[in-house]
Amino acid sequence: MAAPSVVVIGAGQAGSDTAAALRSQGFGGRITLVGAEGVPPYQRPPLSKQFLAGARSVADLALRPASFHTERDIEFVGRDPAVRLDRNGNRVTLASGRTLGYQHLVLAVGARARRLPVPGARLDGVLTLRTLTDAGRLRDRMRDTGRLLVIGGGFVGLEVAATARAAGLAVTVVEFGPRLLARAVSGAMSAHLLAEHRAHGVRVLLSREVTALHGDGAGRVCEAELDGGERIAADLVVVGIGALPDVGLAAEAGLAVGDGILVDGHLRTSDPAVYAIGDCARFPSPHTGRPLRLESVQNASDQARCVAAALCGTPRPYAALPWFWTEQYGLRLQIAGIGTGHDRVVTLGDPGAGRFSLLCFRGNRLLATESVNRPADHMITRRLMGAGAPLPTPREAAAPGFGFKAFQEAAAV
Amino acid sequence: MAKITYRHPNGTETVVDVPVPNTVMRGAKINNIDGIEAQCGGSAQCGTCHVYIDEANALPLPAMHESEDDVLYGTAAPRRATSRLSCQLPVSEEIDGLVVHLPETQS
Ligand SMILES: Cc1cc2nc3c(=O)[nH]c(=O)nc-3n(C[C@H](O)[C@H](O)[C@H](O)COP(=O)(O)OP(=O)(O)OC[C@H]3O[C@@H](n4cnc5c(N)ncnc54)[C@H](O)[C@@H]3O)c2cc1C
Ligand code: FES
Repeated sequence: MAAPSVVVIGAGQAGSDTAAALRSQGFGGRITLVGAEGVPPYQRPPLSKQFLAGARSVADLALRPASFHTERDIEFVGRDPAVRLDRNGNRVTLASGRTLGYQHLVLAVGARARRLPVPGARLDGVLTLRTLTDAGRLRDRMRDTGRLLVIGGGFVGLEVAATARAAGLAVTVVEFGPRLLARAVSGAMSAHLLAEHRAHGVRVLLSREVTALHGDGAGRVCEAELDGGERIAADLVVVGIGALPDVGLAAEAGLAVGDGILVDGHLRTSDPAVYAIGDCARFPSPHTGRPLRLESVQNASDQARCVAAALCGTPRPYAALPWFWTEQYGLRLQIAGIGTGHDRVVTLGDPGAGRFSLLCFRGNRLLATESVNRPADHMITRRLMGAGAPLPTPREAAAPGFGFKAFQEAAAV
Repeated sequence: MAKITYRHPNGTETVVDVPVPNTVMRGAKINNIDGIEAQCGGSAQCGTCHVYIDEANALPLPAMHESEDDVLYGTAAPRRATSRLSCQLPVSEEIDGLVVHLPETQS
């Protein structure tokens, strides 16, 4: 019998970690890692932070050294996206025309930046940020720009705003929703971040919409028009209005999709030979009891290991606890758990001093801890939630003198 | 350049020369050493680059920052007196010969 073969489509965080985890978990068959980009797998988080600020080079972003693939006998195919998936023939076709046969296929195709659906969105100087190429372009443009407009108050937009502000640019953020990061954090955390950005001199407009972008006659963006007619001058516009999961290949092959490639608790698509993981996958989460699609390194990485375990013969349902971090102006926000649907919040520490945690509860149940510069609260929440250990109730957390360190010690986990 | 030994939980070890500047975490990554995940890429956020410094170590390691200490409260393998985040340990000639033990698990 031929050695089993796995083809991984998408050489980002999830794809690269799958190939690595397969080998470190003892997989002996063929592994092919197929990427659309011309560079080996790299880390995306620094693209809007240290890389954009010029504090990290391209070499620093590599997820693994150049020798990794040869050393672990992994075939890495770059700059050759998969264009067709033939599930009956267990084959994928790449743009170059090459076909790859597989026994198991892992779709780790990620997501792409949403484009702004308004006139002028294709003017020169209107950028999105998803890839290293995007980040390089943005970094170059920031050097000869005075006024930056960020459209969208999500993580990527706010990180770009903070980095640009620190570099001395005049920055405006326009957010369509009534608060920043509405889908990802509690109202109190949104308010804190808003105050932080304003204190650093960023002009933040909420509940406002960009309806058109205007060029300078030479095709370069110079102005944005808002609902109500107000105009904002800008030499550079970054559109950070979210990412769309890359479902095209899967949908064309008849796999079930719907804001993501739909997978079961073991991350299998509607075809048992095909898995989907990372930003492109919508999976049932035991932590929320409903299907979720997450855009985080933790999720990409943990799902990669889960699939590798299944392909190595030790399947287990995906149950890793979601966690996330962002950095803006030296403020380190870390989130453990998913706070959606919380109905009360207990604050630990002092928001005024920039060190605090918000504990988001539904009833007596802790759903998520949002920490600003209080990593112990984040880490201990992760540990306790991950282990299914008892968590503090709102009453316990609100009691004077409550601290996670003492709580963990008492729980002896 | 500094010689660093990464000892795996099964007792095997990998000895590598790590160029300066780098961190003990990056030293493992650039040499394809399993056992350090470093999900956050070295920003002291994730706790998945946890190592134990060898008990016999007498080399001058930098003091622990408060945030490193905090992150070590949540590592997957038990925290010990010798626990450090390898992304917070800069490689220098002064730590030539350092031995670190990799924990059983990082996440
Ligand atoms: C600017 C930025 C900052 C971020 N900051 C943070 C952060 O601070 N913390 C955090 O946890 N997360 C952060 N994230 C999110 C995190 O980077 C993603 O969740 C993670 O990269 C997802 O991994 P993935 O492998 O699923 O997708 P990706 O990393 O997007 O990789 C998918 C890859 O698949 C390729 N591909 C697509 N289609 C095909 C095809 N048909 N054939 C071959 N290849 C294909 C793509 O080109 C891409 O390289 C950030 C993301 C961005 C963009
Ligand atoms: S790499 Fe994340 S804490 Fe060290």
